[in-house]
Amino acid sequence: MSALAWGAVWGLAAGLVIALAALIGVWGERKVAGRIQMRIGPQELGPFGLLQTLSDTVKLVLKEDITPRAADVRVFRAAPLIVFAPIAMSFAVVPYAAGFVPLNTSVGLLFFMAVPAISVIGVLLAGWSSRNTYATIGGLRAAAQMISYELSRTLSILPFVLLAGSMRPLEVMDAWRWWWIPLTAIGFVVYLISSIAEVNRGPFDLPEAESELVAGYFADYSGIRWAIFMMAEYGGMVVAALFAAAFFFGGYLGLPGVLGPIALILKATAIVVLMIWVKWTFPRMRPDQLMKTAWKVLTPMALVQLVIVGAVIPWL
Amino acid sequence: MSVEIESRECVVRGDGGVVEQLVVNVGPSHPSTHGVCRVIVHLDGEVVTKAEPVIGYLHRGIEKMAENRTYLQVVPLTDRLDYVGSMYANWAYCRALERLAGIRVPERAEYLRVIVCEMQRIASHMMSLGSAAADSGAATMFIYAFDQRERIIELFEELCGARLTYNYVRPGGVSFDVPEGWVETALAFCRTHRAALTEMDRLYFGNVIARDRLKGVGVLSAADAVAWGASGPVARGSGVNFDLRKHDPYSVYPRFDFDVPTGSNGDCYDRARVRLFECYESCRILEQAIAQMEPGPFRTEGLPRLLAPRPGDAYDHIESARGSLGVYLVADGTPRPYRMKVRSPAFCNLALLPMLAEGHMLSDLVVILGSLDPVFGEVDR
Repeated sequence: MSALAWGAVWGLAAGLVIALAALIGVWGERKVAGRIQMRIGPQELGPFGLLQTLSDTVKLVLKEDITPRAADVRVFRAAPLIVFAPIAMSFAVVPYAAGFVPLNTSVGLLFFMAVPAISVIGVLLAGWSSRNTYATIGGLRAAAQMISYELSRTLSILPFVLLAGSMRPLEVMDAWRWWWIPLTAIGFVVYLISSIAEVNRGPFDLPEAESELVAGYFADYSGIRWAIFMMAEYGGMVVAALFAAAFFFGGYLGLPGVLGPIALILKATAIVVLMIWVKWTFPRMRPDQLMKTAWKVLTPMALVQLVIVGAVIPWL
Repeated sequence: MSVEIESRECVVRGDGGVVEQLVVNVGPSHPSTHGVCRVIVHLDGEVVTKAEPVIGYLHRGIEKMAENRTYLQVVPLTDRLDYVGSMYANWAYCRALERLAGIRVPERAEYLRVIVCEMQRIASHMMSLGSAAADSGAATMFIYAFDQRERIIELFEELCGARLTYNYVRPGGVSFDVPEGWVETALAFCRTHRAALTEMDRLYFGNVIARDRLKGVGVLSAADAVAWGASGPVARGSGVNFDLRKHDPYSVYPRFDFDVPTGSNGDCYDRARVRLFECYESCRILEQAIAQMEPGPFRTEGLPRLLAPRPGDAYDHIESARGSLGVYLVADGTPRPYRMKVRSPAFCNLALLPMLAEGHMLSDLVVILGSLDPVFGEVDR
């Protein structure tokens, strides 16, 4: 089979996985948020309200796809896909089970850091092409924020490259030892915070800050295009959690057969719930505080982590 | 009809350089303008160089409408002034009218007025704290605060049948006496409310992000607060110890033991904290008022259906949740007011926005607006 067809199959699979993850993610978010806020959350459609997001999706798909008259039409329409596609691609380098990673490339970890960064361009284009002041500010905020947090996020996973001596996901997993968990604890904190910022979720949801910018860079989007932005957000959250579960917490290791991937998913779910919990508890940061956190707190922390790991390696 | 705003403009800076500024039209329909405030914001990057509030989107001409209604018919109109704290406008109007017409109010009615107004203060402050927290992105604090407000509104509903526009305080008394079991529910609320306040204090004000967002933002000096006619928590947050309940005591307030919380820095944090602590004080007043209240008539009997005070004028003011709320009435001997003028604290406090917001970021603008706690029914009237 040609590489292109193979890629199309994987792309479709990734799209379905993300759609499913987003469906369950939205439901989970509403349930967890409901519990935090003394509510019940969705409960009418399906068992425990599980089908609520499905009906919301149908509603979104059927809605009119509005393009503002002043918008730069082609850019405006392409932007959601430019945001979504890199997130979908990053699912390809997560080691899901022993010996199984969809894209077994020698630069897996680099791929995971570099490819999602492309979605910044989509966010910026969405904000710019809408010709809306809120969207423009949101887009510019997003660009500054995502680039800043990219650095600390990349630094926070470098310890694994040092420890395993490889960027190939499966080789890192083969080299993985339980004591990496305490060793990379600082890195995990940096990674978690940076990932939340990377997918523009609270308390770092400045680009879409509802109370300031109405919806920020996707203020003018409706229907399915809006849904694609949402899917990118949830997809980003899920893949960040999967990645953390695999490398920071040993993913599928230590369990035989199908139990391995289940363990991976459970660990990732716990991380997603943590992200939702943070979002619904904390207020939003201000742009300058956000930058300060990225450059003066997280980046030095990631460097300290790197030094610690570097100091340990000669003794192994 | 829409007004086109040029979204970019060039401004010559003090040093001769030309910068391009972004003009953002915030509102009148916007998630955090607390109603229908419109603010035209001039931005240099993210920094606000000028913020102009445009008011009048909720102007219904209530003061003019009052001239065409009988004195009793004006009371429901006052409900619509500050729709988050209808009891205050009811009371302020009734006090002005009672002064004008020389109506005496039974003691039980005064206690009932104090009780509902202190409850209203808690409800209003819960709305303010909750929505101010939502402005800074804390959605959960919003729900917690509204849960507390809901309990008061349920008590009001039980008392007078309405949840928002109560029409409860009437000339010469109040419309209904308390139903059976109401006082016990109110006392139980005071107990749970204190615990809820402490929880909210820890949830929101204990959060490091919230502190960073609120401290040092929108600083109002005590001198400016006085000069601009600020009142209520906005003035007290700046350390101006001014509360009509203490400094021009009305009704039965001198009989209660309570404190007036004041801030020291005049920033958004102090303004919000003053509101929080006022809720504790309101609980204290509520418990004392309920303990002191004795059976008796709750309204003056024998008032004429059509009040027609002798020609003259009267002004009276009370401490509402937003500050000094005053009503000025002029009578010409007919059954309708010749003129009514409302001194609205929300209007005076909102006037501070351009001064406070300048030099802060767009994110701070909504926080500052929230900390001023404007209600546009009262601003626009």
